[in-house]
This record gives sequence, C-alpha cells and structure tokens, in this order.
Amino acid sequence: MLLHDSALLFGRYARQTLRSPFQIFFGALMPLLYLFLFGPLLTDLPLGREGDSWQILVPGLLLQLGLFGASFAGFSIILEKNWGVFDRMRVTPVSRLALLLGRVLRDAALFVFQAVLLVLVAVPMGLRAPLAGILIGFGFVALLSAALASLSYALALKLRTPQEFGPAINTLAMPAMLLSGLMLPMTLAPGWLDVLSRLMPFRYLVDAVREAYIGHYTTPAMLYGLLVALAVTAIAVTVGTRTFRSAGA
Amino acid sequence: MPIISTTGLARTFPGRNGPVEAVRGIDLTVRPGEILGLLGPNGAGKTTTLRMLTTLLPPTAGAATVAGHDLLKDPAAVRRRIGYVAQSGGLDPQETVRSELVLQGRLHGLDRTRATARAEELAAELHLTELLDRPTPALSGGQRRRLDLAMGLTHRPEILFLDEPTTGLDPGSRADLWALVRRLRDEFGTTVVLTTHYLDEADALADRLVIVDKGTVVAEGSPAALKAEHGAATLQDAFLAITGRGPAPVDTTPVAV
Repeated sequence: MLLHDSALLFGRYARQTLRSPFQIFFGALMPLLYLFLFGPLLTDLPLGREGDSWQILVPGLLLQLGLFGASFAGFSIILEKNWGVFDRMRVTPVSRLALLLGRVLRDAALFVFQAVLLVLVAVPMGLRAPLAGILIGFGFVALLSAALASLSYALALKLRTPQEFGPAINTLAMPAMLLSGLMLPMTLAPGWLDVLSRLMPFRYLVDAVREAYIGHYTTPAMLYGLLVALAVTAIAVTVGTRTFRSAGA
Repeated sequence: MPIISTTGLARTFPGRNGPVEAVRGIDLTVRPGEILGLLGPNGAGKTTTLRMLTTLLPPTAGAATVAGHDLLKDPAAVRRRIGYVAQSGGLDPQETVRSELVLQGRLHGLDRTRATARAEELAAELHLTELLDRPTPALSGGQRRRLDLAMGLTHRPEILFLDEPTTGLDPGSRADLWALVRRLRDEFGTTVVLTTHYLDEADALADRLVIVDKGTVVAEGSPAALKAEHGAATLQDAFLAITGRGPAPVDTTPVAV
C-alpha cells in the first residue's frame, strides 16, 4: 500500500517535472558555473588532502547541488497548499508517509540526474575517479536530497507566509555550505573552524564522497559519512511525515 | 444512530497575543441522509469545524465519531467514508480534468482501469465529458465547481462535506449545484454537511441548520422552526436575531448633502 501510493505520487510529480525541462537543467547551472569558473583555480593549489583538485571539488559540487536544490523543494508545496491540492490529498486514506515519499523520491531522482550531468561535464575538465566511487557519490546525493527535501517540505508547511520561505532557506543553506567545506576541504581550516565544521552533519557526507572518489571505500570517514547520512535522512523523513499529518497547523 | 456525533470538539490556535479559540467546544449530531447547513458569521469557526471533522486538523479537545469511526483513533477509516470539497477547491493547474479525477480515484484505492472508468462516469454525471482533456485552468467557475464536487465523489462517500460550495457562482450554476446535492441525498442516501453564507441557500437546501458563533453552537433546528422560534419572517431575520446582530436600525435622520 505504502509502496503503491508512493509510486503513484512519484509518477505524478515526475511527469510534472518532465514537462518542465527548464527546471531540470536550470538547477544544474550553479554547480556547473563553479566547475567551469572556479574549478580551474584549484588545479595547482595544495588542498591538504589526498586526491587531485577535481576529486576534491566535484564531490563538494555534487552535494552543493543537493543542498541548494533540495532545500528549496518546499516551494512547490506552498503552491499546492494554496491551490487546495495538499488538503484534497490528505483527506484521502493515502498514507502520510507516501504523500511525503512520492515528492521526495521525485526530488532525489531530479538531483541525481543533475549530478550525473555534472560528472559527465567534469570528466573532460580533468576529473578522474573510479566508477564505484562515482556511483557511491550519487548514492550520497540521493540521501542528502531526500533528507533536505523532507525538511524543506516540513518548514514550508510550518511557515505562515511564503515570503518567509526563501530567506529562511538561504539563512540555513549558506552556513551549511560554508561549514561543510563544500568548496575547499576543511583540512585547510584553522583549529576553531575545523571544530565548528565537525558539528555540521553535511561535512561527513562531503568527506565520505571525497574518499569514494579516490577509491577508499572502507575508511572510517566513509563509515561516518554513511551513518550520518542515514541518520539525518531517517530523522528528516520522520519530521516530514509528522508535519504532513498535522499540515503544520 | 447518528452518522456524525461530536462532544466538546474544540480547536485552539497559537496566536501572537496568546491562544485563539477558533472552536470552543461543539456538540453536533447529524443523522444519516440529512442535509445539514452550518451557518455563522465570518470567523465563527465553520471551516475549522469542517477541517476537524474531515481529519485535516487535529482537535485540541473533545471527541467525535464520523461514519461509525472514531475521528482521533481511526482517521484512515473516516477518510475512506467521507468526501470533502474545500472552499477554494483543490485542483492542480498543471493537470487535466481527467488526470485529476483518475489520480483521486487511485488515491482512494481504485486500480487504474476502475479509476479511469469512474472518472468517465463522474464526468458524464456532472457534464464534464467534453472537458476531460482540458487543463484545469481552462474551466469556468461553474465547471470548476462541478469538477471539485466530482473529485469529492470518486469513492462514493457516505458523507460529503462542502465548504461554501456556491460562493462566486452565477445563479444558474448555483441552481445546478443545489439540484446535485439533493440528488446525492435522494438517490444515494448521502449525508451532506455544508457551510454557507447564503441564507436563501440554507433555507432551500438544508433539512436542518446549526448556527455557530464565536466557536460554539448558538442555535439549531429546521429553517421553519428557527424562523418560528424567533418570530422572524425570513431566515435572515432569525439569523440576525440569533447572532445578536439585530436588523440594521432604520436611520431617520436626514442625510447631509
């Protein structure tokens, strides 16, 4: 039942997304610009960790894509709520978790697709990484997108006015990006900043993907990354489902 | 055996200046096959009450049984037996009439074949067949309302909740909707709970009225009984007397020009 309903809703939202190629490609633009205009600056710099600059930057850009893309997912539910579509679905017996998962799976699929585009463009730029590592990276993008999209829906439903949503997300996403070392690894940071960044869960995800990109699959960093990603996703989906139950009211 | 019964159903919202009691404890009994009109001034708590009875909003106090199931303990069972049409409807402007009807059927557990058949059947009933493949924003106000109603009927609910179903409709569309509501009750025995601001609508359509004001029930009875009780010629006068907003005094002072 849960699977059936989630798949049904995933189909609806995926079809809506496919009708808007603009949405599909535009989302990948910001990380692509970083790749073209920022990536070349790093090639000869010592970045304080194993791997060349592309193996360090591309994992960061992949998660940046998930971070900024998925955290704005909530916009769509503000629209659906105003149209009355959200309540119309909630008054059917469909499971609340399915209402969330249908949307979140569409989001995860969209961002993984954009991540694939990004990697395909990064290869001619100079990225070299093992295929298994690249696939693991996509797995992390999927988990991060699912977690952040869930939280984004929950936040969007909690806010009284949609005007608050954009600023609220930017206020949360910017420090998350800076503190997780998405652009440059935190190994370059002074002690206090390094400590601060360890409090930011996304840091462990970035570190894990960077490990995967140099072919290290069984290191503690990979384990921590996976545990943090799973824990954050589980918490986020729980929070999201609860909000769908009460509609944030 | 009532099809809806509530005791002390209440909802408080957190507000900037302390909690706001939108509904202060409503005791309501609805009999099967009845058309119940819920009346009250703006902000009386009508929509909040409907949202609680349709499982959309958890009550902060009280209890209710809807269609034989406990609202708080088994909301999923309640949802299978009720239909709800919100004041603003619930159509996605990115979808067609057909895709909306089919999805709604499938969310109620019909398989694709049955949901498609049901969508066509409902479209025929509600004169929407020609519009099935139009995007929903292409519909007129009256057509939209008929589609909203069709969406609430995909699963043949025992109870249909309508929140201000005819607001903004032209007289012809209003008459169509009234006829539909009566047919639902007469042919399928559907219980209908509707809110309205139009007292002529309440008078013509409802078997019984419940008037709420400031979050509580202040009067109930058939339109005729309410009029008789307050010695009022029209339901309008009875309503104004009940809600303490007596008829506007006739101002005899000349208007300065």
